[in-house]
Amino acid sequence: MAVPALLFFGVFALVPLVGVVLLSFVSWDGISGMSWAGLVNWFNVLGDSMTYQALWLSVQVMVLSWLVQTPISMLLGVFIAARGRYRALLGVLYFLPMLLSSAAIAIAFKALLDPNFGMSLAFGIEAFAQDWLGDRDLALYVVIFVIAWQFVPFHTLLYQAGVRQIPASLYEAAEIDGAGRVRQFFHITLPQLRYTIITSSTLMLVGSLTYFDLVYVLTEGGPGNATRILPLDMYLTGFRANNMGAASVLAVLLVGTGLALALGLSRLSSFRRGSQLEGA
Amino acid sequence: MAVNVTRTRINVPGGVLAFGWLLVVLLPVYYVVLTSLRSMEGFYSSNPLLPPAEPTVDNYGRVLEDDFLRYLLNSVVVTLGTVAITVTVSLMAAYYVVRNGGRLAGLTYKAFLLGLAIPLQATIIPVYYLITRAHLYDTLLAIILPSAAFAIPLTVIILANFLRDVPGELFESMRLDGAGHWRMLFSLVLPLVRPAVVTVAVYDGLQVWNGFLYPLILTQSPDQRVLPLALWSFQGQFQVDIPAVLAAVVLSTLPVLALYIVGRRQLVSGLTAGFGR
Repeated sequence: MAVPALLFFGVFALVPLVGVVLLSFVSWDGISGMSWAGLVNWFNVLGDSMTYQALWLSVQVMVLSWLVQTPISMLLGVFIAARGRYRALLGVLYFLPMLLSSAAIAIAFKALLDPNFGMSLAFGIEAFAQDWLGDRDLALYVVIFVIAWQFVPFHTLLYQAGVRQIPASLYEAAEIDGAGRVRQFFHITLPQLRYTIITSSTLMLVGSLTYFDLVYVLTEGGPGNATRILPLDMYLTGFRANNMGAASVLAVLLVGTGLALALGLSRLSSFRRGSQLEGA
Repeated sequence: MAVNVTRTRINVPGGVLAFGWLLVVLLPVYYVVLTSLRSMEGFYSSNPLLPPAEPTVDNYGRVLEDDFLRYLLNSVVVTLGTVAITVTVSLMAAYYVVRNGGRLAGLTYKAFLLGLAIPLQATIIPVYYLITRAHLYDTLLAIILPSAAFAIPLTVIILANFLRDVPGELFESMRLDGAGHWRMLFSLVLPLVRPAVVTVAVYDGLQVWNGFLYPLILTQSPDQRVLPLALWSFQGQFQVDIPAVLAAVVLSTLPVLALYIVGRRQLVSGLTAGFGR
């Protein structure tokens, strides 16, 4: 009975995973026939400074996204986990971005950030009147902000669920001991959220390697190549420059980085698993 | 339910952050809705954050005239098709994995677990190759097949975890009554796991509804265009007519928003399917 599921999964997920490795040794423009290319694609891609720039941009997006999203998601999650009518309402509104497609979000922000008719005019503040997406030095940070706008709700939801599983008795005991809110946060909430932090961080870090839709619609990798992260570099190489072989090399790099990251993070988390229930 | 009841004092820093973020979330939404109601003339001349002097729905008319309903229908077909395939084959696989319990079943489960780690983006070139070879390029089926394949691993895992909680005696007694696998699946498993099915269906559905990459690489003609791609091409086509583009954004979100209002709980639990622990 598992055959249909395995068949689907095999043909469109496992076979492509092997296929992408094979295609990295082939010269193909996506339309006509293929020819064997040996290691040529690999030499070209690994000798191209664009590859390292794309890799570096991806690393920046990954690290900065994590640094921005984790504290915001955690604090918001803790805040709306508490009971109360207006907090429930806040939750309803916070989750709105999760309903939107990346394409819709990117188009909305493109208009909003446009120097000619966006919100830069609304406040009459000099610092707001920037060409947010057209400036090489700003574009990457704007992209990271829009990514945060899209994904903070999901992680807030994870933290909210995590906080709700912390036994109330811990807080009651701390209250009796006279611990204030800040100490309760650092001595109870934070340690108890350990597994939520690992889950959320894993999804965030590994997921950040795959941001494509949003960045593609928002900047197409520009201005120049200022936001051409790895998946974008792969798409543009394969489907715009019609060099599927080189794009496959980039895809292999993408899979490799993702797997290494996922394995590293899961090792890190199992290493700490011994002390899960301390203090509970 | 373990929320501390003592938190009755006003949390000032928390409140500031919470309302600050609320502003960040709502400002773009407000801007999009407002701008979609502006006329072209009002668009360039007025303050973008003040309500339009003369609101108009003409932009919506222009979008609807421009085959919007066709794209909507395509999205509905792709989403329903993908969810139907995914849930059906995943439920069968989950049943096998949980009820069989043999070595092969264990391996199958492990294969799906591993499948979670495969990034969809990295497989687009081979998938494009397979689809063109199968002469499915530029059809809705071309989007449905790989989308289903990538939704299957998580769906199987969530359903299997849910199925494990069904007491084995129920299956035993049905088996003694002479029920085969199919009857068990339909008259026992399906009713019991219905909440989980709804959850994963919502999760899978939203992923496909908002999916952009497969439609981008696997279709090209307007006939086969789905909504996210349509938004993108509206943008190229209407160019400076930003109010119309944003009206399309609003229209494309309405079905999901309606779902959010009707079944918020299922949707939210669907969104964290499998991660919310």
